[in-house]
Parts: sequence; structure tokens; C-alpha cells
Amino acid sequence: MNAPAYNFAYLDEQTKRMIRRAILKAIAIPGYQVPFASREMPMPYGWGTGGVQVTAAILGPQDVLKVIDQGSDDTTNAISIRKFFAKTAGVATTTATEEATVIQTRHRIPEATLNENQVLVYQVPIPEPLRFLEPRETETRRMHALAEYGLMHVKLYEDIARFGHIATAYAYPVKVNARYVMDPSPTPKFDNPKMDNCPALQLFGAGREKRIYAIPPYTQVVSLDFEDHPFEPYRFNAPCALCAAENSYLDEIVTDDKGGRMFVCSDTDYCEGRQAAGHHGSLSAAPYKEKAQEASNG
Amino acid sequence: MTTIAELPPGFADKVLSAQSTFRSVMDAMARPGSVQRIVPGAGAPEPMMRGTAAIALTLFDHDTPLWLDARMAESTDVVKWLKFHTGAPVVQDSSIASFALIGDGAVLPALERFALGTSEYPDRSTTLILQVESLDSGRFFELRGPGIDGAAMLQASIKPFDLFERLHLNEALFPRGIDVVLVADDAVVAIPRTTRIVSKGS
Repeated sequence: MNAPAYNFAYLDEQTKRMIRRAILKAIAIPGYQVPFASREMPMPYGWGTGGVQVTAAILGPQDVLKVIDQGSDDTTNAISIRKFFAKTAGVATTTATEEATVIQTRHRIPEATLNENQVLVYQVPIPEPLRFLEPRETETRRMHALAEYGLMHVKLYEDIARFGHIATAYAYPVKVNARYVMDPSPTPKFDNPKMDNCPALQLFGAGREKRIYAIPPYTQVVSLDFEDHPFEPYRFNAPCALCAAENSYLDEIVTDDKGGRMFVCSDTDYCEGRQAAGHHGSLSAAPYKEKAQEASNG
Repeated sequence: MTTIAELPPGFADKVLSAQSTFRSVMDAMARPGSVQRIVPGAGAPEPMMRGTAAIALTLFDHDTPLWLDARMAESTDVVKWLKFHTGAPVVQDSSIASFALIGDGAVLPALERFALGTSEYPDRSTTLILQVESLDSGRFFELRGPGIDGAAMLQASIKPFDLFERLHLNEALFPRGIDVVLVADDAVVAIPRTTRIVSKGS
């Protein structure tokens, strides 16, 4: 056998130590963005270099890794990262949420409830929730130091003044443990309530911006809102066309050039699990019908 | 006089032992009060415990100034072992240390003497690694805070006896503060700065 060309999980040990120290600080200060010396990874910024570095620093041979991209296990980004760790760390991979011990995600939280033995690693493009309101790092850092978050409320208020409701649909700001305002990465705000009091540890890695932050398990995460305009998760008002789920987050898929469209679960593992369990939507594919017939014959 | 060859060994498998030790410490930090086990993969120079040695090999390097209490510093083996295996600089000024190794908690200096971070950079603080007598017998402590589902009960024999009273400073200073990792042989419990002690009994 050839000698391995890379260290276990790609990163060298000194880099892992540095990232691990940052992760411990991030857990100790929920929602605070810990600066870290992000490395160049064998993929471009924007493809999950932060999440990949966090995953590489925590991953062990006994872990089972799941990677999702907008809820899907089957997109290029998810498959590439899964293969990357299968190759460099030899870990088992899965698409089943319940089987995974480490789940790296680009902007969705699985529909299945996470458990205490799981770690959810988010890929984050812009970790600073105040960045588009205040471009200067020195200023945003001071605003965090003073817990001066009025500007964020002004932004949400301007949404209401302009549109009649809070129009922010993703990267919806949250306050962690009643202290730090945090960007939950561009997850749809539908997922925000799942962050609150979650049994799993949540880690966030931003490679280009060189920040790591965390939400410990069982930590309060509140989406910012107003008494008269409470936070409301958004969901298309339709059942999934494949599994008829009424409570999952849906993707809208355009099917023709005449305005035809279908809504399907963004979480492919959840959707496939429901279909295998016999749930059918209006556009269910044939194989599952056959399965149902077999079951009734036998 | 101990030569390098006579020093206790580091990890037999540097990569995987560091990974499993880190996961134990990460789980401890994420779930304060829970007792996590470290699979000891390295030797430890007296008076350093196996758990402490594994943590040192996992987290310390040339970027992490160390402060040693008198009990640790008086052992030339500890100093040599740390220098050989981790390369971390040992500093006299506790206020610039990334980690502090405490062998004898009874003479733990005032916590204000360690780095508490700044309001802008609360992460620039000292993490205390405190060796204690036991993490499964002794007084009961009820802990609350992030990482804990309701309340966690910790039973431990800890010196200094007033450690949790002293850690009240974390409440006033947050987000600045001190994170503590308690080690008893191969058992670790972390008390991050967000953890609050609610009550205690005997």
C-alpha cells in the first residue's frame, strides 16, 4: 500500500490544535465569533472551507459523516465534501440523519430531530450579522462588546415600514443565550426555531472570514422580533408533492415554461424516508406504488 | 537528572489520540458538569495526571503560553516533558497565559491574576486546567447554563473548596471570564464561563 499522502482528515496537527482551541472558546462563549487562522483548503472559498476545517478538526475514525447542501445529500458540494472525508479520513458516510454523528450543512437543519450524540457543523459565508449595516470590523466588534444591537432592530423595523412585515427570509438574526446577536448562516428562517434548545452541539465555521462560533446544546436561541410583529417561520402553503409532508421546508421547482411548478421537501433524506414509509404526494414516483402493492399482496 | 530518553512518552498515536482526547474535552465543554473519560494514550510526569498530560499533548503548542503553579513548576520532569512534547513556552506572568496547569488547587491564585479576555476579544483568556481529587465522590454541586438540560448534578472533591464561589466573577464579567477544566486521573469535567452554580449540598 502506498504511504498516505495527507494527514488524517487532511489538516496537519498544528492546524487542528489551533482550530480545536478556537472551538472550545466558541462553546464557552455562545454566539461569539472566535477569530482563527483559517487555512487554504483544496476547494475555493465559498464551497465550505470553514465547515470543512471544523469538521476536519473534530472528526475521528469512529464518526459517521453526513453532508447536506440545502437539505440535499445529492448535490455537487455535498458529494464532494463527503468524498473528501471518505478519502482523507476513511470515515463512514451516510445520508440518513439518525445514523450520522457529524453532519456538515450548508444552510439547512435536517427535519429529523437531532440527538445528543450529534454535532451539526455549518458552513458560513458571512459570520458577522451586523456587517451589511456597519462595514467596519472595529465598529461591529465594539457593538458586540457593548451588546449594542439597536441597529439590527432598526433594520427589521425598516422591513416592516417598507413591506408591512419582516421580509428577512434567511440569515435571520438570532440572539444566543440572551447575549450575542449571531448570524445563523443563510438558513431559511423556517429553521431558526430548531436551533433553540437543540440537544446537539452546533458549530459554525467561516473559512474566508476566519471565524468559528458555536451554540452549545440546550441553549436559548431567540429570533429577533417585535411584540407587535412576532417572529414567524415561513413555509410555502402546500404539501410536499412527493411525500405529502405538511410541516417540512419546501423547495419550489419550476417544471415547465407555462407557470407549472411543484413543491418538494428540501430535506431529501426526510422525504425519501417518508416515501419509503408509504406516504405519497400528488406527484409520487412509480417505484413506491409497486412497493405498496407488494405489501398488500403479501 | 532525567534525560529526554527517560521522560514519559507522548501519544503512541499522535493523530488519533489527540482527536479522541479533544472530543472528550469538547463534549465536556459542551455539556458542563458531565464527566467525560479520556482514553489515556501517553505517559505522564509526576505530579501530572494522565488526563492532564493527554490534554496538554492535544491543545498545547508554541502558540500557547503556559503558566504552571508551584506544585507543577517544582517538578523538573513536568517542565522538561512539556517543553519536549509540546514546545509551549512556560511564562511567569499568569495574566498572559493561554493555559494554566494547577497541581495544587489549595493555593490557586486569585482568578483575577489570569487573563480574563477583553470585551472586544473575550476569547483571549486563560483556561485553567485544575487537577482535583475526585469527580465521582464528595460534595454535590447543581449546575445550570448553556449545554445543560435543566440542571446537572456534579459530585466532586475539589480544592479550592470555594472554587465555585470564586467563579461567580464569571457572572459579573461575562462575556469575559475564565473557563475551567477539572481533571481527576482520566476523568474530565469542564466548567465554562457560562455555567452557574445553583446550590450545593454535602
